[in-house]
Amino acid sequence: MTITPELIEQHQLTTAEYDKIVTLLGREPSYTELGIFSVMWSEHCSYKSSRIHLKKLPTTGKYVVQGPGENAGIIGIGGGWVIAFKIESHNHPSYIEPFQGAATGVGGILRDIFTMGARPIAVMDSLRFGPIAGASESAHNRRIVAGVVSGIAHYGNCFGVPTVGGECIFEDCYSANPLVNVFALGVCKENEIFFARASGIGNPVIYVGAKTGRDGIHGASMASAEFTEESKQKRPNVQVGDPFLEKLLLEACIEAMKTGAIVAIQDMGAAGLTSSSCEMGSRGGVGIDIDLDLVPQRETGMTAYEMLLSESQERMLLVAERGREEEVFRVFRKWGLDAVTIGIVTPDGNLRVRHLGQVVAEIPNPALADEAPRYNRPHDVKPHRRPPLDRPANLPQSTDLSADLLRLVAAPDLCSKRWIWEQYDYMVRTNTIVGPGSDAAVVRIKETDTSIAMSLDGNGRYCYLDPREGAKLAVAECCRNLATTGAVPVAATNNLNFGNPERPEIMAQLVEAVEGIAEACAFFETPITGGNVSLYNETLGEGIYPTPVLGVIGLMKTAMPAPVQFAREGADLLLLGGFGECDDRRFGATEYAKVILGQLWGLPPQLDMDYEKRVHDAIRALIGAGLIESAHDLSDGGLAVALSECCTSDIGAKVTIPPTERTDLALFGEAPSRILITVTDAGRAREIAAKYGVACPAIGATMKGRLQIGDDSQMLIDVRTSDLKQAFETSLPRLLQAQHD
Amino acid sequence: MKAGVIVFPGSNCDHDAWYAVNENLHGGAEFIWHDSTNLGDVDAVILPGGFSYGDYLRCGAIARFSPVMQAVKKFAADGGLVLGICNGFQILVEAGLLPGALLRNGELKFICREVRLRTETTASPFTSKLQEGRILRVPIAHGEGRYFADDRTLDELESDDRVAFRYVENPNGSARSIAGILNRERNVMGMMPHPERACDPLMGSTDGLAVFESMLAATLSFAPVLAQ
Repeated sequence: MTITPELIEQHQLTTAEYDKIVTLLGREPSYTELGIFSVMWSEHCSYKSSRIHLKKLPTTGKYVVQGPGENAGIIGIGGGWVIAFKIESHNHPSYIEPFQGAATGVGGILRDIFTMGARPIAVMDSLRFGPIAGASESAHNRRIVAGVVSGIAHYGNCFGVPTVGGECIFEDCYSANPLVNVFALGVCKENEIFFARASGIGNPVIYVGAKTGRDGIHGASMASAEFTEESKQKRPNVQVGDPFLEKLLLEACIEAMKTGAIVAIQDMGAAGLTSSSCEMGSRGGVGIDIDLDLVPQRETGMTAYEMLLSESQERMLLVAERGREEEVFRVFRKWGLDAVTIGIVTPDGNLRVRHLGQVVAEIPNPALADEAPRYNRPHDVKPHRRPPLDRPANLPQSTDLSADLLRLVAAPDLCSKRWIWEQYDYMVRTNTIVGPGSDAAVVRIKETDTSIAMSLDGNGRYCYLDPREGAKLAVAECCRNLATTGAVPVAATNNLNFGNPERPEIMAQLVEAVEGIAEACAFFETPITGGNVSLYNETLGEGIYPTPVLGVIGLMKTAMPAPVQFAREGADLLLLGGFGECDDRRFGATEYAKVILGQLWGLPPQLDMDYEKRVHDAIRALIGAGLIESAHDLSDGGLAVALSECCTSDIGAKVTIPPTERTDLALFGEAPSRILITVTDAGRAREIAAKYGVACPAIGATMKGRLQIGDDSQMLIDVRTSDLKQAFETSLPRLLQAQHD
Repeated sequence: MKAGVIVFPGSNCDHDAWYAVNENLHGGAEFIWHDSTNLGDVDAVILPGGFSYGDYLRCGAIARFSPVMQAVKKFAADGGLVLGICNGFQILVEAGLLPGALLRNGELKFICREVRLRTETTASPFTSKLQEGRILRVPIAHGEGRYFADDRTLDELESDDRVAFRYVENPNGSARSIAGILNRERNVMGMMPHPERACDPLMGSTDGLAVFESMLAATLSFAPVLAQ
């Protein structure tokens, strides 16, 4: 087939990129080769717009065993054990086909983990959807929510990995661009880590797992373009997942690794056979020669192009030691899986592909994996933002703060996500010490006395108003969540969800956010060990809020942390970190502004990272001293909402705040660096806080049945805990139920 | 007690059952692969939770034909203790070792939560260490756990004192709130809730341990009889 300009454009390659291909090859590429370059050089696979900025992220630290560049990052947790973890997005497929899109998103990240030799022990999800209340468009969003949640449940539950936490936010901008970011974490011994570096000339290249079909062809390129009206036609580009097969693949891979016959292993994710071959070859500095006629196929008559670009799920490529193939085959036979030698490791550094007796592609591996274009896209403009800096005039003053609070705790962003997480098996493997619905999830490592605390956070509204500060706030909040359970944050992963990077004002958002993450991760000593970038989250020219999602993991000695909920009546209630600063400008980013006022303006809350860190040190010291009976960090919705979340058992509180003209700012402002605690000994607790230079005002005491907040002169909020619980727990099922009405 | 934990390719609570018996109960558990035709010298069999062979058809519908199930049937017929948890319960029902069926949950969604169970009988080797009426906190995690049987079967289960556990708040629409049942000979029990997930204080409840303690006691008193 002749390569025409139209064909090049269809493959989402620019003329300059095509010219570079010709230069690298020293000739025109074949059609098959063009397909290979188009996926490997896609934004999704090559990170061409983000790579130069990702270099700004801190990636090393005392716990880091493996930083970015492998299938997952690895940190040591002591005693010879390590943790592999990463977050990845499946945004575009989840919009087109929510159930399978989300399911295969889980499948993909799980393979990234067990490719490293680590058995997955926890999953979390960060989800963003369009509004689910009211108008006609919301019916579509509700279907996406239901599809995504059941897709995640279907895959994770059957595979046997607990989904232990996550977050879920609803905004207009995610209506046609839902975000599905899946985090997974696995455990293995340090001396049993596997890498995706092919080596040993003459070693066999073995294909294992599911047969190859035509599903998912060009999925990686799909994820590298904006959506248009025609995107629905891309439904065939979404793969279909089989979690049972993945479970077999997991067990077989782990067992095969134990034979000692495996040299390298890589999952076939985006760009399938192509990326797994050339990346393993490139990392090992060797060539890979494969024969497509040997590839197990689900359909007949597939072309080389189709086989190379197929994204059929549940497949792996591995390099074994020559002569020991049978040891590998035996394991895969036991699990009823295909395992076939399809190629060989060569010395010449090329990816060579044969089909029907002909060489159909021959490309130097580095050209695909390392020579992909890197762009320093223009970003010397202000990041895109529309909202005003100052509070709009004539906004109504609240007349009933109690009613406002009940509305807030029932708002989709803040209400209980039980409807979602009860569909996930969050306990399988009996390691889940703290599951969904808390500040951080905690999973024990049975073989050690260490547990892993983990938290996901991202706030698109904050980042839209200020990408740099919003990104820092996300890191800070994750670390605060971990500290609240008593854990020390040690490493992080990030998923950068943005719009079209070819628009300078969007690129500026990305650059600002990355620099913010870099600064905060360096400060909190949580190096980024891997992650994912998802760009072109735009439909018909409308982009999402810049939404960097952070996943931070921390270590703690295995123990049951204090609960979020108040544990008993009559306990002293303290606000570690103090009341915080909030003004009219910073109030525009809050959930109160969004839910009650229906507005967005101003700036995100102000973060003092040094103070934030001292708050973390203080809470860990308080936990260590055995003083904490309950602990919950403040975030979306501020003090009043955090108090409400502590009241979901029958125990409420009587709280007094300092007199102020602006009770709305005091109750609902979202200043960071604050944790609500009940303690056994308020005097000692305040002494410890003072040692860290952290304010820790006593704000009241717990009591049965009511949440009352007032200042010296008047009662501001007075609600029954049963009403709070009712609003908090019933909202999401009620909103989603509308689907059937 | 030496318990054999059956491992189907899609079992995913096999390690949890193994861990509960070995580490929480301090008994002995070993794995038995699904294509075994021989259970060895185990005193009890545990069919764990999971998705036996993917269960894309009907849960347990294929597992009933597996080689190991022929051995389990024989083991049960000879009076051996067989506990089926979640998917294991589904398999026991499909295999005809227990009556009834397990249908999609009432709300058609997978449910994972801690529920309260009422102990309905202590006259079994799985519940002898409990007290009748005792409420247990034990998690459920299933999409197809709605127990169903015709009225005659349900009446018979009740009149024979073969309902082992009932839900205090019925989470899935199970007939007569049934969460676990015994066979006529009382040596086979199936239950949808996961006692192995409630054996460790760090998991929030240790109420499930009594099921395994009961089995341990039964096998200890049973063993000398076998030896004679």
